[in-house]
Amino acid sequence: MSHQSDLIATDIEAYLEQHERKEILRFLTCGSVDDGKSTLIGRLLHDSKMIYEDQLAALKSGASAEAGEYDLALLVDGLQAEREQGITIDVAYRYFSTTKRKFIIADTPGHEQYTRNMATGASCCDVAVILIDAQQGVLAQTRRHTFIVSLLGIRHIVVAVNKMDLVGFDEGVFEKIRDEYHAFTTNLSIEDLHFIPISALKGDNVVEKSQSMPWYQGATLMYLLENIHVASDRNFSCFRFPVQRVSRPDSTFRGYAGTVRSGTVKPGDPIIVLPSGKRSTVDRIVTMDGDLDEAFPPLAVTLTLKDEVDISRGDMLVKSDSIPAIEDRFDAQLVWLDEEPLVPGKQYVIKHGTRRLFGRVSGIRFKTDVNTLERSTTPTLALNEIGRCELTLSEPIPFDPYPENRETGAFILIDRLTHATVAAGMICPVAGTTGRDHWDEIPHGQLKVTTSPVTAREREERLGQRPVTVLLTGLSKSGKTVIANAVERQLFDAGRLATVLDGQNFRLGMSRDLGFSATDRSENVRRAAETARIMNDAGLLCLTAFIVPLESIRARAREVIGADRFIEVFLDAPIAVLKSRDTEGLYAAAERGELPSFPGVTTEFERPSSPDLVLDTSKLDIDTCAKRIIELLKRKQVIR
Amino acid sequence: MPSYQLTHLKQLEAESIHILREVAAEFERPVMLYSIGKDSSVLLHLARKAFFPGPLPFPLLHVDTTWKFRDMIAFRDRVAREPGIEMIVHINQEGVAKNVNPFTFGSKAHTDIMKTQALLQAFDKYKFDAAFGGARRDEEKVRAKERVYSVRDKNHRWDPKNQRPELWQLYNGAINRGEEVRVFPLSNWTELDVWQYVYLEHIPIVPLYFAAKRPVVVRDGTLIMVDDERMPLEPGEKPELRMVRFRTLGCYPLSGAVESTATTLQGIIQEMLLARFSERQGRLIDHDAVASMEQKKREGYF
Repeated sequence: MSHQSDLIATDIEAYLEQHERKEILRFLTCGSVDDGKSTLIGRLLHDSKMIYEDQLAALKSGASAEAGEYDLALLVDGLQAEREQGITIDVAYRYFSTTKRKFIIADTPGHEQYTRNMATGASCCDVAVILIDAQQGVLAQTRRHTFIVSLLGIRHIVVAVNKMDLVGFDEGVFEKIRDEYHAFTTNLSIEDLHFIPISALKGDNVVEKSQSMPWYQGATLMYLLENIHVASDRNFSCFRFPVQRVSRPDSTFRGYAGTVRSGTVKPGDPIIVLPSGKRSTVDRIVTMDGDLDEAFPPLAVTLTLKDEVDISRGDMLVKSDSIPAIEDRFDAQLVWLDEEPLVPGKQYVIKHGTRRLFGRVSGIRFKTDVNTLERSTTPTLALNEIGRCELTLSEPIPFDPYPENRETGAFILIDRLTHATVAAGMICPVAGTTGRDHWDEIPHGQLKVTTSPVTAREREERLGQRPVTVLLTGLSKSGKTVIANAVERQLFDAGRLATVLDGQNFRLGMSRDLGFSATDRSENVRRAAETARIMNDAGLLCLTAFIVPLESIRARAREVIGADRFIEVFLDAPIAVLKSRDTEGLYAAAERGELPSFPGVTTEFERPSSPDLVLDTSKLDIDTCAKRIIELLKRKQVIR
Repeated sequence: MPSYQLTHLKQLEAESIHILREVAAEFERPVMLYSIGKDSSVLLHLARKAFFPGPLPFPLLHVDTTWKFRDMIAFRDRVAREPGIEMIVHINQEGVAKNVNPFTFGSKAHTDIMKTQALLQAFDKYKFDAAFGGARRDEEKVRAKERVYSVRDKNHRWDPKNQRPELWQLYNGAINRGEEVRVFPLSNWTELDVWQYVYLEHIPIVPLYFAAKRPVVVRDGTLIMVDDERMPLEPGEKPELRMVRFRTLGCYPLSGAVESTATTLQGIIQEMLLARFSERQGRLIDHDAVASMEQKKREGYF
């Protein structure tokens, strides 16, 4: 356990003071026993004087120990015996420290279950040490290790080219391996890459600088581990505080306990509670050691707020200068960890931050072969496979993409029956426009409106109709599309020109990037409204069949299209009738919790407060409904 | 050191507090296994921090083998009287009735009946679904791969094939009724971290850790303290006062003392750092069987 420091014997207090200021570095060692990984770890422990005499004595008894040399691999290879006992080996953690840092090594076996184990080990690490056997060069496993490490978001990679003693400490061998490694990592995002020629067995460039490789001017492995700057890897700009527990010891105190995951917070800072959107101001940052002036990651604190706000476990406190995405659908890289393969569509428990909810994999985009990095389509993911999937959750959650924030971009999937942790997920950066709606977007300042030389009056006279948009709103199965189509037919037969914008068709093309969360629904309606406006500008009648569950969104659509061109028809029917028409089983699925934000079941449908027309489609047939709408259009002098 | 940087102890503290809170939030009946040792003292200190200004949202459980040092019991009773602490003491009464002791039954049977069996009795009696323990991964090789959440089945057994991968700080606390999880918030601490934290945070520990003149006999090369009159002396054995302290605490007849002059925390840490033998050497139960830990874990002992 001891470190080589004279201070221990001479001035223990000075020594302790020195050791109070250490920071933690977590690193992953990737490679197999054949690459000399255990020997390397043994060497680090040995040379940093972390080995007791009783442990060292045990090494000498190792049969393979050379004369005068300890078999350092035996220090960490407790795993062999366990393998024989049938114990699952995944990640073993080792500890050592120097005067500068406390080190936590996540040691994962190179062969079996490699993906699952490496992902587990890498999830908490700042640095990865990738071992390459100088005699073997870059192998498939090197690519595999590098890919997994970069997928898990490790920013610092140290490539240790080991067994240099067996290639005569040849600089050419080292350079060839370095070039090969560079060549295949160009497509991976690695921020910080180091190469070191070492001999773990002899100790060259591990802790002590090698005497045999004068051509190498760089740092030793230990120097790098002690000095790689990792503190700035943390995100200090976006405040994220997942609430773990509400602390209410008595009526006078109400605090929110949790760990600051990123960003910083001070008393007086305005905060927003997600997903509710409620606002308040931080009052105190409470700890047993006294209130803090500021909290930052990874401090575990208790916040009190100036207002009584309804907050519970799973909520996330953020600041208005950086609001995360709030969605119930997103893409994520999944690492499958369980013997039972992924069942698309099956409901799993998701743990994200301090929140637990249900979710399912609604699509697998592709899987990546960890050895070749090639992508292919697949119906499922088996143990140790990695794939990009679309996930649909039972409710929207606040999150950040994993590359931007490891803490709020990661989640695990748990099997509802076996309770096994079946997958690790990393949320992908959101492509395109999902994540928010764009009603309030201000167009680029240099853009100018061009007006058509053809006037609206000319079009009206040519087509014999005043262009309007009819919004047919109502719950799923209320008859929106069939009635819109019937109206279109009747108008066409009467010599008028109309077009139908159908919600589902729209999602198949224009809005294929959108999900079904409130913001995505809102954005979908915005696009439909803009499209309807273009149709109307062209002189066409536009019949839009969209659910549009919120009154406020219907109002915004009216604004975009123009109040004088907007007609709202509410298709009403008792929910029992709607369910009876539901041959696809949507309502049943929603009631089972499988369809999040399904209006009328899992999310609210606000009845229109002042529609132009209400049609009870449980009493009126399609033809009658269409006729009523035509009559309305005539009354409003849209057509004659 | 730039701001926004935490020392390793502060980082470890934050991590442990996170684990303590997570368990308190996700389980119905958590308990903290309280062994009275320094690791327990640190765990208790961290729990106070985690739930401040509130009381601990779970009780402490001490499994009393009836052979603990008197100083330990006095220390425990003092802790139990502190505000906000609920201390459950469980003794295997069947074992007491049979007069189970380390001398005539041997350390293995004694530990099994008075410690392991007693612990399982308490679990069945109080229906705990999560139990905090102070074990650390650096204690020995087989613990290096132990999870923070270690799942036990209905029979309190540890099934090595049924342990879950732990990624990030997303702990999976989902269990079936009757199952339980042993939780180790100090997993990433080392012995030096624990001592340094005790030192920096002024955490009270049992006086037995400090060197003092104590009556001991040498038995099988180990210094055993004669803590009360129940200790049968072998012919020719005569307790003598020696300056000793204990590196680990348990049942007094099973805890080997080391000769020491360390009467302060700094002294203890200094001795530890200069020591040539690992901590568990003084723990007699480990010498009983080679594959002991793995076996004990399967049986329900930590």
